[in-house]
Amino acid sequence: MAPPLLSVSNLHKTYGSGPSAFEALKGLDLDIAEGESLAIIGKSGSGKSTLMHLLALLDRPTSGTITLDGTDTSRLSAKQLNQTRNSAFGFVFQQFFLNAQASVLDNVTLPLKIAGVPRRERTARGMAALAQLELDDKASNKANDLSGGQKQRVVIARALINQPRVIFADEPTGNLDTATGAVVEDILFDLNRRRGINLVVVTHDEDLASRCDRSI
Amino acid sequence: MKPLDVVASAFRNAFRSRLRTSLTVLAIFIGAFTLSLTNGLGTGINQYIDDTVSSVGVDDVMTVTKASEDVPTDGGPAEYDPDQIAADGPPGATATALTDDDIDTIAGIEGVQSVEPAKSVMVDYVQHDDGTRYQLSVAEFVPGMRVELASGEQVDLDAADPELVLPESYLEALDLGTAADAVGQTVALAVTDATGKQVTAEATIVGVAEPGVITMGGAIPNDVLTEELHDLQTTGAPEAETTRYAQASVSFDAAAGAVEAQALQDRLDDAGFTGSTLEDQLGAVTAVIDGIVLVLNGFAVIALVAAGIGIVNTLFMAVQERTREVGLMKAMGLSSSRVFSLFSIEAVVIGLVGSALGVLGAIGVGQLVNGVSGDLLADLPGLTLIAFDPVSVATVVLSVMAIAFLAGTLPALRAARQDPISSLRYE
Repeated sequence: MAPPLLSVSNLHKTYGSGPSAFEALKGLDLDIAEGESLAIIGKSGSGKSTLMHLLALLDRPTSGTITLDGTDTSRLSAKQLNQTRNSAFGFVFQQFFLNAQASVLDNVTLPLKIAGVPRRERTARGMAALAQLELDDKASNKANDLSGGQKQRVVIARALINQPRVIFADEPTGNLDTATGAVVEDILFDLNRRRGINLVVVTHDEDLASRCDRSI
Repeated sequence: MKPLDVVASAFRNAFRSRLRTSLTVLAIFIGAFTLSLTNGLGTGINQYIDDTVSSVGVDDVMTVTKASEDVPTDGGPAEYDPDQIAADGPPGATATALTDDDIDTIAGIEGVQSVEPAKSVMVDYVQHDDGTRYQLSVAEFVPGMRVELASGEQVDLDAADPELVLPESYLEALDLGTAADAVGQTVALAVTDATGKQVTAEATIVGVAEPGVITMGGAIPNDVLTEELHDLQTTGAPEAETTRYAQASVSFDAAAGAVEAQALQDRLDDAGFTGSTLEDQLGAVTAVIDGIVLVLNGFAVIALVAAGIGIVNTLFMAVQERTREVGLMKAMGLSSSRVFSLFSIEAVVIGLVGSALGVLGAIGVGQLVNGVSGDLLADLPGLTLIAFDPVSVATVVLSVMAIAFLAGTLPALRAARQDPISSLRYE
């Protein structure tokens, strides 16, 4: 079996200190294999968002190790962490976090802009990503003028644009009605199957979780 | 993120909230406008003084007089000194005369390149073609000095024939026609010699001087003419009288710098003389103008500081508004230093726009004021009341941008320190 893409051992995360300390994660072990889709489910306050933030290297654990591709991430510098997040990860949040006044294309190409990709290439790749999600005709629209489903598709296009290895999705369908939510789910699982992109989904939706390879 | 993208994004972000940015820009505009205008006023007036200065003397010449050492420092009456003679300057002012011995002493002082006693000449009248006789004062010509000329050229110091530059105001009175006509004509100058007899000397007009602030009214002779008039004037006077001078001009090496000039002044002081450079003489005037400009600039800077606080406020609001956006960008791998530059450049952009508009506005108003002041201050020809030199304009723009940058650091630091997770939770 291939070595796991992400490997977590004995993970602890404590918020606060002293008597008010709150232990969100107590000694978690987890391996995520290449191409796997994983659902993190649980009640609110059960630490699922915490786990996702740690896996996505947005936060550092109190103790325990997270290994990405065989590298202990606690050894990475802030700059390397930034680069890793920029090139290997894509993010889909419950709130869309789109810049309402910027065009759809500008929103989608933001990760490339951060990576320092020249404008011409940014535009080409942005249009390609939008075409994949059938949004290329909306490229120059303001993000504000789109419907909820369209916005979430823009967010997915943004998460896809840097050809990530993992897409982290925090309640991706939480803000959508059932029909559009289903469409977004289809897109995500389609990407997981066809392109081998790992999927880490945080949700409290059992149906969504059941479509994943594994739930924890 | 590429630096160019950072700047472009900062530009776009600055104008995302148009009204808020415009108001901040307006505050900066007022400060930069005032600062440019007061600076321009100082530049204009000092430029005018500089232009006029070169007609009074040159910067490598020091005027040396004998120090009146017997003036009591406690303000009591000074003892009578038989060597005291009337000096140039306000009526009643006296100076101790320099003798030939003194001239030799000065010539021997280290740093003195040459010394020339000033031969003061009192002209009784000037006359052209046996017409009406007019009073005329004769200025002293220092080598290198340049007079603003309406026509003709500067006097030739080495010329063998007596020459002079006549003020423009004499043209009509002496019936000399236009300035161009006057050049080449001959006028008679009369002096009274020591025996009380009035004698005349002829001189050719080589140039016509424009009226200026400082040389108004005086004719400028060349050496030959001064010599001739002086000789006529002292004919019949006892030897002791002919070799007494109110002051002497000392040439020194101006390139050696202010320290060397000061050292020379000290040495002259030790030898019992007082040396003053042109700067010393004009220093008081420029110091007053610089002082006034400094005070006015102070007010403008206060306005700019207030505008800077406006920038702090504007950016704090922008950081607040864009919390989630910043969090998202940081989650996507944007480094904190880039976030910092994104916001601080936004502040600099506001500063740049405000100061550029302010400077342009000041230049526009300056043109208007100059047009009006040309009519109001017609007595000061050649005066540009508000002048802009590129260096001070650039200084204003750059210092406003620096103030804006400083103002932006606080909000930018807050943005840079934001934790992506809590920013993204923010609702």
